Amino acid sequence: MSTPSAQVANAALPVRPNTSKFKPVRLLQTPSVFLLLLWMIVPLAMTLYFSVIRYNLMMPDVTGFVGLDNYAFLFNDPAFWPSILNTLLLIGSVLVISVVTGTLLAVLFDQPFFGRGIARLLVIGPFFVMPTVAALIWKNMILHPVYGLLAWAMRLAGLEPIDWLAEYPMLSVIMIVAWQWIPFAFLILLTALQSLDLEQKEAAQLDGAGPIRVFWYVVLPHLKRAITVVIMIETIFLLSIFAEIFTTTAGGPGTATTNLAYLVYSIGLQQFDIGIASAGGIIAVVLANIVSFFLVRMMAKNLKGANEK
Amino acid sequence: MSAKNKNRLWLGLVAWACAIVLFFPIFWVAITAFKTEHQAYVPTLIFWPTLESFHEVMARSNYMNFVGNSLIVSLGSTILSLLIAVPAAYSMAFFPTARTQKLLLWMLSTKMMPAVGVLIPIYLLAKNTGLLDTVTGLTIIYTLINLPIAVWMAFTYFNDVPKEILEAARIDGANAWQEMVYLLLPTSMPGLVSTALLLIILSWNEAFWSINLTSVNGAPLTVFIASYSNPEGLFWAKLSAASLLAIAPIMVLGWLAQKQLVRGLTFGAVK
Repeated sequence: MSTPSAQVANAALPVRPNTSKFKPVRLLQTPSVFLLLLWMIVPLAMTLYFSVIRYNLMMPDVTGFVGLDNYAFLFNDPAFWPSILNTLLLIGSVLVISVVTGTLLAVLFDQPFFGRGIARLLVIGPFFVMPTVAALIWKNMILHPVYGLLAWAMRLAGLEPIDWLAEYPMLSVIMIVAWQWIPFAFLILLTALQSLDLEQKEAAQLDGAGPIRVFWYVVLPHLKRAITVVIMIETIFLLSIFAEIFTTTAGGPGTATTNLAYLVYSIGLQQFDIGIASAGGIIAVVLANIVSFFLVRMMAKNLKGANEK
Repeated sequence: MSAKNKNRLWLGLVAWACAIVLFFPIFWVAITAFKTEHQAYVPTLIFWPTLESFHEVMARSNYMNFVGNSLIVSLGSTILSLLIAVPAAYSMAFFPTARTQKLLLWMLSTKMMPAVGVLIPIYLLAKNTGLLDTVTGLTIIYTLINLPIAVWMAFTYFNDVPKEILEAARIDGANAWQEMVYLLLPTSMPGLVSTALLLIILSWNEAFWSINLTSVNGAPLTVFIASYSNPEGLFWAKLSAASLLAIAPIMVLGWLAQKQLVRGLTFGAVK
């Protein structure tokens, strides 16, 4: 798979080329390469194979090659297209929320203020919370329509509490996932920001640029590369978001929060239809490639600029 | 107060407000864990702290099993990935060829495969080999998914070691073993430790494979907490105590290693 981070990494990689004589020390790479090759090829080949045969654990007698029938069946599943949309919606929203909030927070935390070190620890805290814990805290203690903190706060303000997970299920899931990923974007972007030359900023200020212009013309271009990295890494993880949905809504109500990962799980491990679930897995791989293809094109220009410095 | 100082004060207040909002759910869990079930539903900060919920969670027959599984799986997979990755990174950093860069990028690209794309065959393989719901199975999976990160991180740290030192040692007659023990390990030890920390954090919190491949015997804490989903999730004090125990140690590790994590999480692209 050709990948966007490959491009980022390319620039970051200070490998010294060497005259290439065989040295036994290179054998040290063999286990890593072999294991990763195995990990990459075998399961994917199996998914591909299962996706074109009839294979249901509940009906072990029914077998045989079925061509693209599993795919056709999957496309006609009423949950399929919603799941694609949900996957993209979840990725898109969380990316936008986390990158925008993360950038603003990073700029804010780049200024000196009282107790900055401790405040910074608080902000990155949510990133270290395991997904099932995050999902349950939000579901039971914050979003709960009767006992949740939001319901309590809304009653205090004289408003009718909202049953978030029933009425706005996707929004709730997005909130939970974004809460976990804002700290990640913040941490990476703050680190990148702190490597910005103070002189550059001061020169711009001396030239009469206000804070907004400094942000737009000096800070943001400097952050481009780090933002690219954040977007790509988050995309990889967000494509397989599962635990948050599994513990809060189980994909519902209806198919409102079923993403592709959850759909494959429910067809394969709940309905035991290996063939159709595998077709779903292949679709996920294709989707990952499409997403990274567009990311690469979108980012290629930015990266070029950043690398030539 | 000068205008600049006033600005600074406001900036600080806004920043602190953001920090408190983001951290609040965690703070709330930490508070609720020390309440009784009755007090838990009252949004108050004034109460008499009790360890009751912790005792009850610990007493739940198998809680310690889940803790043990989490420890075994995350430490085991971290050690295994490092054992496989460090030699590879060593040879790539100090004896690079024209292909080394491509090889590293290829390793990175294996991380792009969405887990769900291989869920079905991995599940069946685990089932047929008896590795379903075992710590061994989960350890193997975590070792494999963390291997590229381990190679990359170790590689970038080795690359930071000045080559001149090694050359000087070689001229002084040090052999490869002495070079390794007296020079390389001491200089890159902090890097290797932070690599290990990142791997432990990632595997401790991993929840896709653990939920799908384990249920009871091999299940780590992520799965145990998921079991609080319904209707036990409404026992807030117990849920909070269990959650706090599951996240506190990792959060402390993460805080200690925050600077180094950036390098690991971005594959060395942001330092």
